[in-house]
Amino acid sequence: MTVLLIVLLPFIGVLLPVVVQRYGRLAATLAAGVPTLVAFALLMSLAPSVLAGEVLVQSTSWVPALGLSVGLRVDGLGFLFALLILGIGLLVIQYAYYYLSEEDPAGRFFSYLLLFMGAMLGVVLSENVLLMALFWEVTSLSSFLLIGYWSQKRAARQGARMALTITGLGGLSLFAGLVILGNIVGSYELTEILASGDQIVAHDWYLPMLILVLVGAFTKSAQFPFHFWLPNAMTAPTPVSAYLHSATMVKAGVFLLARLHPALSGGDAWFYLVGGVGITTMCFAAYVAFYRHDLKGLLAYSTISHLGMITALFGFGTAGAAVVGVFHIMNHAAFKASLFMSAGIIDHETGSRDIRVLGNLRRVMPYTMVLVFLGAAAMAGIPLLNGFLSKELFLKETLTVPLMAGTPWLIPVVATAGAVFSMAYSVRLVHGVFFEEAQGKTPKEGHDPSVGMLLPVAILVAICVAVGVAPQWTAAPLLAAGAQSVIGGELPSYSLSLWHGFTMELLMSAIAIVGGVVVYTQRARLYAFAERVWPGLTGKAVFEKTIELVVGAAARLTALLETGSLQRYLALLFAMALAAGALPFMQYGFVSGSQELAPTNPVAIAVWALLIVAALATVFTHRHRISAIICLSVVGLLISIVFVYLSAPDLALTQLSVEVVTVLLLLLALFVLPKVSPVEGSPLRKTRDIGLAALGGLGMGAISWAVMTRPQDSISQFYLENATYPVGGGTNVVNVILVDFRGFDTFGEVAVLILAAFGICTMLRYANHTFVEGVLDTADDRYPVVLVSASRPLLALILLMAIFIFLRGHYLPGGGFIGGLVASVALIMQYLASGIDWANERMRLNFRSVAVVGMLIAMVAGSVAFLMDLPFLTMTLLGFTIPLVGESDFVMTLLFDLGIFLAVVGSTMTILSELSHMQEDKEPYDRETRAEEADPWKP
Amino acid sequence: MEALIASAIAVLGSCGIYLVLRERTFTVILGLALLAISVNLFLLSMGRVAPGHAPVIEEGIELVSYVDPLPQAVVLTAIVIGFAMMAFVVVLSISAHFVTGTDHLDGEEQSP
Repeated sequence: MTVLLIVLLPFIGVLLPVVVQRYGRLAATLAAGVPTLVAFALLMSLAPSVLAGEVLVQSTSWVPALGLSVGLRVDGLGFLFALLILGIGLLVIQYAYYYLSEEDPAGRFFSYLLLFMGAMLGVVLSENVLLMALFWEVTSLSSFLLIGYWSQKRAARQGARMALTITGLGGLSLFAGLVILGNIVGSYELTEILASGDQIVAHDWYLPMLILVLVGAFTKSAQFPFHFWLPNAMTAPTPVSAYLHSATMVKAGVFLLARLHPALSGGDAWFYLVGGVGITTMCFAAYVAFYRHDLKGLLAYSTISHLGMITALFGFGTAGAAVVGVFHIMNHAAFKASLFMSAGIIDHETGSRDIRVLGNLRRVMPYTMVLVFLGAAAMAGIPLLNGFLSKELFLKETLTVPLMAGTPWLIPVVATAGAVFSMAYSVRLVHGVFFEEAQGKTPKEGHDPSVGMLLPVAILVAICVAVGVAPQWTAAPLLAAGAQSVIGGELPSYSLSLWHGFTMELLMSAIAIVGGVVVYTQRARLYAFAERVWPGLTGKAVFEKTIELVVGAAARLTALLETGSLQRYLALLFAMALAAGALPFMQYGFVSGSQELAPTNPVAIAVWALLIVAALATVFTHRHRISAIICLSVVGLLISIVFVYLSAPDLALTQLSVEVVTVLLLLLALFVLPKVSPVEGSPLRKTRDIGLAALGGLGMGAISWAVMTRPQDSISQFYLENATYPVGGGTNVVNVILVDFRGFDTFGEVAVLILAAFGICTMLRYANHTFVEGVLDTADDRYPVVLVSASRPLLALILLMAIFIFLRGHYLPGGGFIGGLVASVALIMQYLASGIDWANERMRLNFRSVAVVGMLIAMVAGSVAFLMDLPFLTMTLLGFTIPLVGESDFVMTLLFDLGIFLAVVGSTMTILSELSHMQEDKEPYDRETRAEEADPWKP
Repeated sequence: MEALIASAIAVLGSCGIYLVLRERTFTVILGLALLAISVNLFLLSMGRVAPGHAPVIEEGIELVSYVDPLPQAVVLTAIVIGFAMMAFVVVLSISAHFVTGTDHLDGEEQSP
């Protein structure tokens, strides 16, 4: 529980800073600081057991089908990282309070920071690797938000985008790798993965899996050739750089290497890939860092270099090297975070971070100078500071890399060269900023910042010194616990003491320190040299070119597909559906089943023949639209006969009434639309369409044939058995399904109907009617007397009929839908026969309200179940009896059906009356009256 | 009987698709109506063809000799939704006609 709370606390607090920021920056800072502090305290309460070597694992199943569980794990490594995340997080929060200016929205900043913190804790404390991948993506997203915090700056947006693209792609790659890994092991739980190292390394998929996972790790930890996003992410506010780009996020990559070290490090490929990339990155980035004039740029490349060193250590694959790797993770986090914060202070107080412009700051910023000096000394690996210890151990490990027996000198030489430049840029950092004469003038006269801003830096530097002077007393227990979980076995013997005697690594250290100073003294020549010889091929350029190509290709593809022609889209849509439908036919062939066929009779054949003729006639007459409507209505009527024949009386009734309304609708449409279609379309296109249509129809027929000739295994037996008492309470099973078993479907369906009606109202009210000439010419024919006199008495009769159909629905064919449609037909007949004015005068109902009331009634009927603690729309389980009315379940279903009835009447009438209303609108277009009428809620 | 149904579905479906692929909005609506009928019949056929079977429960009839009610309920829903959709599309085509001055599907008369 404690572990879960640690991960959840930042997420719980994530909105807090935004909410309280109106009370000032301090409130927002506290809102971020308090959850962090609580989480930190909780973590500390776990310290005794974790440092004693215990592994706390707790797992709750989440999506078992995907192997996904919410599993958290605190072991030495996870604890160490959580400590870094929360500890440095606290310092960064305090630092940011002083760093952010009044104009910056502090709440947003701290919210992003908490989001990132929670995600990062999730990464390092996950037991399930899929969960870890999920948190991994969240770190990419939240770092995007943090880097782009000053979104008004173009460079910030670019840097954020680049970081997101690279680390996001890496995250996808990692995800793929982890899925393969999970399949190899048969579980996504870390405990099992870590225990099956041999099985993983021996597997055929080891190499592809390894590459995918490593791409994830290398992109995150900015390893060559994916390193370039990190310097570009320096556009972020400095607290972000101190937090994400030195201590935490970029460490996620090396964390992954450490985490999966017991499982993956057994193969040779691990050494060549991880070790090779690490050592290359270390040396290359140290060289580049020396040439950076921007303080943060220098630190960024230095970070890349140190991450390369850590990567290399894990890549060596030995237990001893892994211990050193963990040690350097701790040390680097401490000194690099302090240096980033110092860089931020210098930038904050002088207005510049260009080393050429800065200079001679020792007089105005003495305290800052001391802190930078100590931090840089740790970075360079000067004795008595923590960086020295891990660097010397690193150099020692390079001498004993197992797989380099042929050329044992290669790695030590490269490593020493990297260390030389590491020393050189550290010297430059101190000398160039505080001692050298400035070549320019800074925007502001610098001075030391307030104590509150210096304090976090001082704490970090104090840690560097304490670890450097007395490692046994400070870092040793944490290191032992962390290294234990990386190695997964016995800890090798290692010595954290300052003095090991005159050894090879001491000589290498000495060469690095002296060499670094020499390189620095020759800097003028080196810069001149670099001016002439600097590779034009940078990672950034390659990245931008690639993005350009991808975007260009996407734009061309879009232009190819998106022509704006709906006709073309429709053809493509049908072609795709056809292809998708044809695929199974190709794969499995077509076999008709062996079910005994139902007998046929002459009447059926006659109806079938008529149906075919009517359908074809619709196609052939489609240019003459009124004829086509007539043919279509014949098809609809014949289909309702087919429904009767197939023992579906409810469908027949529905089809019949819908058919009437549909024909009316289409005729109304022809008031506006032309009554004939022109002859058009090339023969080629016609042939194509006939092909598509024939194939599509054939496919539908073939599938239905294949199904119908096979025996049925339906779930309907359940409905038949339960339709009557005690569950359903009706004998018309179709209606019972609609209002009871699947009541929620019906509810949604009625909502669709109402939405369509309201959509239609809105569309028609905003349409500019007078735009098209001739629309408003209405016929002056008189209303036919026979129709008028017949329709009026019929109205009462049909309405009565509708109510009858509605009431009997539960037991005999009928119900709310059909009754509603019939009632609509009765009402609309009055419009047809006697005209709209006449009908409107007599029908003072607002049909939109009727529809809404119907919906509400259905909702109330469904909600009654809530009173008895039953789910929505549970109808028939209510066993109480109402006096005079009878069993209550019957009342509830009837009420629900009444709601449907009213909703159907309301919607249908709204649709039809809106359409017929249109032609009455003889007023010229007037914007104001139109706007007034546009309010669909006005009665 | 099954052959009649299957062929009817095929013909109605073909006619519907062909009309949907035509140039004018109104023709597309006609095609949609035919296609909807064909699909409804298709859905109903999933419950197999059982002429003469009882649709409503009565005393003394064994449960196996009833027609499958589930596809019927589904189709009933489909008919009503189909109507709502059709009404919407009709009004959409009318509004499009108001706005563009043409009933061509692509919103403008094509030059021959």
